[in-house]
Amino acid sequence: MEVVVDNKVLEFVADFKKPEASSEVRKQAMAALSGMDFPTTRVEEWKYTRVAKYVKRKYKQVQATVNVEDYTIEGLDAHELVFVNGYFDEAQSTIKDDDAVSIQKIEELNEEYYSDVVDGTEENVFSLINKAYQTGGVSVVVKKNKKAKHPIHLIHVVDGEELIANTRHFVHLESGSKAEVVATFHSKNSTNSFTNVALEGHVESNASLTINKLQTEAKDVLHISNEFFVQDEGSNFLINTITTGGILTRNGLDVIVEGENCHTEMNGAYLGTENQHIDNHTIIDQLYSNCTSSELYKGVMDDKSSGVFNGKVIVRQDAQKIEAYQSNKNILLSKGANVYSKPELEIYADDVRCSHGSTIGELDEEAVYYLRSRGISEANARQLLVAAFIGDVLEKVENEALRAYIDKLFLTDFGWEF
Amino acid sequence: MMSTYTEEDLAKNLEQQEYKYGFTSDFNSETIPVGLNEDIIRLISSKKDEPEWLLERRLQAFRAWEEMIEPEWAHVNYEKPDFQAISYYSAPGQKKKYESWDDVDPEMKETMKKLGISLEEQQRLTGTAVDFVVDSVSVATSFKEKLAELGIIFCSFSEAVQNHPELVKKYMGTVVPHTDNFYAALNSAVFTDGSFCYIPKGVRCPMELSTYFRINEGGTGQFERTLVVADEGSYVSYLEGCTAPMRDENQLHAAVVELIALDDAEIKYSTVQNWYPGNKEGVGGVYNFVTKRGLCEKNAKISWTQVETGSAVTWKYPSCILKGDNSIGEFYSVAVTNNFQQADTGTKMIHLGKNTSSTIISKGISAGQSQNTYRGLVQIHAGAENARNRSECDSLLLSDRAGAHTFPYIECKNSTAKIEHEATTSKIGEDQIFYCQQRGIDEEKAIGLIVNGYCKEVLNHMPMEFAVEAQKLLEISLENSVG
Repeated sequence: MEVVVDNKVLEFVADFKKPEASSEVRKQAMAALSGMDFPTTRVEEWKYTRVAKYVKRKYKQVQATVNVEDYTIEGLDAHELVFVNGYFDEAQSTIKDDDAVSIQKIEELNEEYYSDVVDGTEENVFSLINKAYQTGGVSVVVKKNKKAKHPIHLIHVVDGEELIANTRHFVHLESGSKAEVVATFHSKNSTNSFTNVALEGHVESNASLTINKLQTEAKDVLHISNEFFVQDEGSNFLINTITTGGILTRNGLDVIVEGENCHTEMNGAYLGTENQHIDNHTIIDQLYSNCTSSELYKGVMDDKSSGVFNGKVIVRQDAQKIEAYQSNKNILLSKGANVYSKPELEIYADDVRCSHGSTIGELDEEAVYYLRSRGISEANARQLLVAAFIGDVLEKVENEALRAYIDKLFLTDFGWEF
Repeated sequence: MMSTYTEEDLAKNLEQQEYKYGFTSDFNSETIPVGLNEDIIRLISSKKDEPEWLLERRLQAFRAWEEMIEPEWAHVNYEKPDFQAISYYSAPGQKKKYESWDDVDPEMKETMKKLGISLEEQQRLTGTAVDFVVDSVSVATSFKEKLAELGIIFCSFSEAVQNHPELVKKYMGTVVPHTDNFYAALNSAVFTDGSFCYIPKGVRCPMELSTYFRINEGGTGQFERTLVVADEGSYVSYLEGCTAPMRDENQLHAAVVELIALDDAEIKYSTVQNWYPGNKEGVGGVYNFVTKRGLCEKNAKISWTQVETGSAVTWKYPSCILKGDNSIGEFYSVAVTNNFQQADTGTKMIHLGKNTSSTIISKGISAGQSQNTYRGLVQIHAGAENARNRSECDSLLLSDRAGAHTFPYIECKNSTAKIEHEATTSKIGEDQIFYCQQRGIDEEKAIGLIVNGYCKEVLNHMPMEFAVEAQKLLEISLENSVG
């Protein structure tokens, strides 16, 4: 896919700490990297997202400690796992008493099982850098037929100048289990940093996984996250991605459905201001019959920000009775804002019901007028309409404590009330 | 008892159905040696007695083409043509131009009759002027005089080069420059003939202008060049239809069509494409790699309507550049693929001017083991205030081995734009068939009814004379299955 011009990737990773040689996974990733280059806009998957400017920087890997009290979520009552600059901060993490969940450091993960599961997922240069040079992460296993008593909260913070946080997690839900993962991303006194995170997982048969992802870093952080998930028969997978931070955010979300009767749901809300660029890239690969999937991504772009949505649903031959739905809606609030939308359907089976829709527009002036004629100020009317628009997605977050946290965030950041 | 006709039967019929128009006519053709180099281009140019500036443009295009790489991004698989194994010029044997209809080679008349487009009949019954192109050179042009009275120029491209060089020089390559893409560059270098049409200011063309293309010589690529210029306030409806005889080797068709609608003008361009699609094993068939694009000035309108049933590989995107304020672009398409056919088709709507609007209606039907892809671009530039777009792309699957894909690209750089896109993919609704059956319509008719209704939205936009032919084509494609 990527064409090698000269080896910018090797130069990029030159100063990173060389990982121990014993890891096969790392070795393979490093071998794969040597033939790769960073994607340009000529690469179809990166058509609207330019990373060149950001990968020219020399990022450092620096371990640090910060007080994470500000980032814990009140009332969430979660296992809190803290990662500062990509390193696991064991001292600040709390693992609660929960016989359904076992949490280990990523190094302790059984590599053989791991490479078996993720085999076949589409790696890109950033996920490979992460794989080869990751500095920390956890492996979460939820035991068979058990429900995790507490959500698992992964707190990521970057602190410092031009540093890279390579965190890598693996979430494994054994058959019939159920869990919720909350991943939050923050930055503190950080300039021009790079969060390069990978989250992989296996949802075994009849298991159910919910992920809520909140990206609220400062508006100069490069954030690239790659999520690879494999779903077995009868499983449920739901991810909600809420993005307000970062100068350039790229979410690569790839779910392979390897069994019948699965449900896959992806929702996203992205709000861009200033020069932010937010890119959501999703793939749902349906290999078996009788599955459903649904995607709802809503964007509000202000100032000179850009929003990108590229969703792809692949229905393989003989995967019949698939129902797939994709929806991407965007509101442009200002003259300089851009939206690029590319919902794709690639279908090789006939008995399917697939559809997608995409809309782009500004706020409905008539609706604004309607509210004003009822005594609501123009600013409030606009705020109300935007909040209602984005609220569709926020409603998908069922966890009340988290929802309250998100509402508070919107109130302080944008002055919006839901 | 009513015979039960299922969707599987329809699919089977589609697979088995042979190409209806597969026959070869046998008249003398003048063919130059195979291969492509500057000498061949000079030879083509001199054979056609072209002015120096045109040769220069051809050579420029050829040099640009040499630097280019064949694109691979389309969702199609095919054996790439060997550009050195193609003969780039083939003209019917007669040197003389026909003075009257009686002079035309009887065998060629027969050919046209088989195609169901007998020129006499067309002249008499429909009042349609036909510019009939067999292997790159126009052999018959009718109603020319009547059109000339209104100042309308409708002739072959080479005649236009001889008689109206100023117009050709001014407009050719302005919408599709020779550097545009690989196949456009190739066409710009080696194009042999095509049609030229000019409608003067304020004139409303009284009849539908039409051209029938037909590839007739094994091993010759056909490189048509069409240029339609509608001057201020004029209107023209242009029809283009193609059928090709059965061939075993793949034939390349890389045409370029340029439309220019000046202020307040309107061009309606309708196509029926039925090149040889290959047999049911997927052997043979035409490669149809076409660049079609129109430019709209102020208040102008360009409307593309296409019915695509043929070709082994189709790769085309009739586009509109909405440059002028208040201009309108439309795209209506039905694409049917069967057996091993592959189609990657759609449109591009480039909004540059204020208050521009565009509509895209695309209907894909895939049967057999074919792959049918819609790929479209809607681009709203920063200066395009109040731009409006609506797109609808529906795909119908008739076989479990067929593929239907939708790849829309929506790019918006202006906050006042309103863009809506929706797409669906499904098979024929069993409840719809049941509903029809319940009312005494047998399954075969029901499927036909549903498919016809499914395409109606597009067919309705075709000129009356052409809609008949388009419907006939759809019927042939769905033969033995629809009433």
